Amino acid sequence: MSYLSVTSLSKSYGKITALSDFSLTVNKGEIFALVGPDGAGKTTLIRLLCRLISEDAGEVTVGGLDIKRDFEQIKSLLGYMPQVFSLYPDLSVEENLTFYAGIYGLTGQAYRQKRDYLFEFSKLGPFAGRRASALSGGMKQKLALSCALIHDPKILILDEPTTGVDPLSRRQFWEILLELRRQGTTILVSTPYMDEVARADRACFIFNGRKLSEGTPVALAAQFEGSIYYLDELPTTELVHRLNSLEGITARRFGAGMHIYVKPGESIERYHAALSSVGVAGTRLLTIQPQLEDRFIQLMEMVS
Amino acid sequence: MHKIRFIAQKELYHILRDFRSLIIIFVMPIMMTFLYGYAINMDIEHIPLAVVDRDQTEDSRAFIERFYASNYFFPPGEQANFFDPQHLLRGGHAAAVLIIRPGFSEALRGGRPYELGLQIDGSEVSQAGAVVAYANALLSQFLRDKMLAPGAIMPGVTISQQVMYNPDLQSSHFFVPGIVAVILLMISALLTSITIAREKETGTMEQLLTAPVTPAQILIGKLIPYIIIAFLDGLLVLAFAKVLFAVPFVGSFWLLIALEMIYVATALSIGILISTLVPTQQLAMQFALLITMLPSIMLSGFIFAVKNMPIPLQVVSKIVPATYFLDIVRGIMLKGSGIEILAPQAGSLLILMVIFLTIAVRRFNTRIG
Repeated sequence: MSYLSVTSLSKSYGKITALSDFSLTVNKGEIFALVGPDGAGKTTLIRLLCRLISEDAGEVTVGGLDIKRDFEQIKSLLGYMPQVFSLYPDLSVEENLTFYAGIYGLTGQAYRQKRDYLFEFSKLGPFAGRRASALSGGMKQKLALSCALIHDPKILILDEPTTGVDPLSRRQFWEILLELRRQGTTILVSTPYMDEVARADRACFIFNGRKLSEGTPVALAAQFEGSIYYLDELPTTELVHRLNSLEGITARRFGAGMHIYVKPGESIERYHAALSSVGVAGTRLLTIQPQLEDRFIQLMEMVS
Repeated sequence: MHKIRFIAQKELYHILRDFRSLIIIFVMPIMMTFLYGYAINMDIEHIPLAVVDRDQTEDSRAFIERFYASNYFFPPGEQANFFDPQHLLRGGHAAAVLIIRPGFSEALRGGRPYELGLQIDGSEVSQAGAVVAYANALLSQFLRDKMLAPGAIMPGVTISQQVMYNPDLQSSHFFVPGIVAVILLMISALLTSITIAREKETGTMEQLLTAPVTPAQILIGKLIPYIIIAFLDGLLVLAFAKVLFAVPFVGSFWLLIALEMIYVATALSIGILISTLVPTQQLAMQFALLITMLPSIMLSGFIFAVKNMPIPLQVVSKIVPATYFLDIVRGIMLKGSGIEILAPQAGSLLILMVIFLTIAVRRFNTRIG
């Protein structure tokens, strides 16, 4: 059942098209990941959904309510966490929470219960009196999330919440998101990290303001066209360059090794001779399953 | 109502924790009162006074001698022109011209009414006030000494003073209340001008706009703590001015502080309005200073009387809140005016406040970028 529905949304800034004819459906209770490089249009889309900017064309509904007509009602359903840290740095952790609770109309005993719950959840309790400016990156994001959650939103919209956050904090942050989903919250989250996309229920690739593909992480990766092999050899610039100079072969750094791509319908055996000419034994290539990143890069190259 | 309270409380934290606000609130007004007050009341001695003596008697010469023997006056380098005494004033070589028409000596003896002429350069306002006061003091001293026998009738010699270029001048006390009006306007507008811009700069505006609060709630919530602070600031400036410059205070203290409250609220509304229109704190502060300082000094009657201005400027002066507060402070402190006299001014300030806030709420952009 769809909770957030975006139809043919477009937005340009002068001659630059930030988002073009973009449609999307996020189902109730799922984590939907929006993935794309910087400047792809993720933030534009999210700001349009939060009505921080006005669309040129298109429709958005949240919980069946039209965003243009019923935004005041939607506000209480919506929790938003902007990309830049947007809490008051000169206020303490608890003062920030009290403020956001207050403007959502949550006071007294109800507030204190919610606060205690969020403190337990985010482990920020011991830092309640600390100024937000003195928090670490991960703690800031957890505080921002807590503030976005203070009014029990039905849908949470997060713009790159884990960018610039250390790996451990990222993992903790996603534990919280998964817990929220278990409780029935619908979550739309943008991220540049493929490992995070893999934890989402569904995802869409966005590039140059357009949707390239949409589906479950497994299905998205499986859309990869061709075969992929892993070469466990240090990806020096020279080696990558030499491999890419071979006809029909594409090589790309991947962690400490390389991914070697060949076109659909071809097998790597055809290229053994060519590979050994650049000093790589074909038998060292291991067949692997395509990953999200492989497919995404392939899609980006197809459109550009 | 609850939401406004939370916004006000949060804003108060910002103020109390922001070094820059604290400087604006406490240091700037005292510094400005000091500077303005002293710049205007500076060293009023050694005033160049030209004399045109058409009486040419021993008495007139003795009288002139009294003037130059005092510390207050000295003869300008150039002699006054007999037929055009004002030319020294125009050139700035003299601050005043004393004109002794024929008959001075006779008047002293015969007790006939007689008027000395005193033309004063009104553009040097505080100096002009001092000239009048000194000249009158020197004259009455001279007359007392001239009284031949105890109990004799004081000769009826008076000074007919004519203030040139600024006929409205009354006394230098006029200025200190004006300083209060100008400083309060500047400080107040400065304080609130950055409040919305700060939320835009830190990105907190994004989160505020997705929360269920209206522009009016945000703006009024932000206004409340500043009203209290600017009001206290006003008391500080008033007290400081009163003690430092010994300005008389004839009227009702309570009326003044009640109207001061209205005035700062109006001035703060200007800052709020600026804040909604400008993207950065830096720009907001510059804008606030620009649109409050010049008009409040030039157009409010602080230096130049409003009724002598060209009509278009008189119209502009009507939207400068300082114009009304000048009437209020001067009225209450110097003349003891009550609310029955100052109600139009108070009403005008309230109307301006409502207008500024209404525009601010309307202009408040619920979109970013």
